[in-house]
Amino acid sequence: MSLYYVQKYLYELNRSPSVQSDYRADPIAAVEVFAGDGELKLTTEERSALTDPDIGKLYHLGVNGQILMHFAAFHGIEWADYLERMRDGIRTHGPVREGVYALTTEL
Amino acid sequence: MSLVFAGVCSHAPGITGRSDLADPDKRDALYAAFDDLHDRLEASRPDALIVIAAEHFANFFMNNMPSFAMGMADHYEGPIEDPDWLKIPKFTAPGNRDLSGRIITEVMKTVDVSYAEEWLFDHGIAVPLNFLTPNFELPVIPVNINCQGPPLAPLHRAWAFGEALRRAADSVPERIAIVGTGGISHWPATPDSGRINEEWDREFMDRWCRNDRSELLDYDDLTVYADAGQGGFEIRTFLAVSAAAAGAKGTMHFYEPIPIFAVGCTTATYDL
Repeated sequence: MSLYYVQKYLYELNRSPSVQSDYRADPIAAVEVFAGDGELKLTTEERSALTDPDIGKLYHLGVNGQILMHFAAFHGIEWADYLERMRDGIRTHGPVREGVYALTTEL
Repeated sequence: MSLVFAGVCSHAPGITGRSDLADPDKRDALYAAFDDLHDRLEASRPDALIVIAAEHFANFFMNNMPSFAMGMADHYEGPIEDPDWLKIPKFTAPGNRDLSGRIITEVMKTVDVSYAEEWLFDHGIAVPLNFLTPNFELPVIPVNINCQGPPLAPLHRAWAFGEALRRAADSVPERIAIVGTGGISHWPATPDSGRINEEWDREFMDRWCRNDRSELLDYDDLTVYADAGQGGFEIRTFLAVSAAAAGAKGTMHFYEPIPIFAVGCTTATYDL
């Protein structure tokens, strides 16, 4: 698994209208073009989190919030809903695995 | 000439993007504080504005992350965020490639800084500019200190960078203003968004105003992370301005925790 490549894809999506367009047309294909076959860059779990999209899972995986909040906004998720989806991710999957955007208060 | 203005302010995207969700009295007081900062900046008659921001993966990523970067272009575009989300329309801000080049050259004598001839402004610069130069009439030199992707440059290097910026400002004939933008304590874009450590913020700003180097460098990232959150890493931008102010004393003009903006909203200046 690679948090780096999960974030790299989101970084490119947040910046690029053409990447956004490809994702909107076919998210599974778009992520595959980025990551290729196999799990060298992205695991099946990570691919699913990106394409579902599963904001809570991505937060649990450790995606930096400055990247994740724009991905949530890209999907039209309102601010309060974004915060709640991250909490749901912790409830469902457990604490943030790595990075500095961990939850520091009680759920 | 020299440095003619040195200040700091908050840059949280909620300040504009979630303005409708805030307590109107607190929001309006903050906006008035930004207007006051605008007036102070304008009164200093700057030829260019250096904005030291903590960029948020708009231009730089962990494949090639500079500790310190400066823009060197004649114009910059922003915001990179959805304008409807940030509630700041797309804009083109003027730069000054020649001036940037001269300042970067001077900074490089003591601090290794990356330069960028292309730079998309995110909220770290767009929100302050929205209030400080709303008509985009003042050339901007964007500066980034990596506060997002550890390892981060230690605080004493941010200080050295601020000193280098001052020396560079003093070396050019133009009148230079400098504004640092960022935290102080905050936990932005996490479920803890809205948590603010007011006591820690006020203690930090007391130190900022006294502008004593040893006091301001007496922080470390572990305790900052515990007490001020990952957003607290952005004190590097404030420290760089302190160093640039070269011992001048400061005044905090406004401080108000506004949870929906995810930060203790702050404006302050040094008396140069």
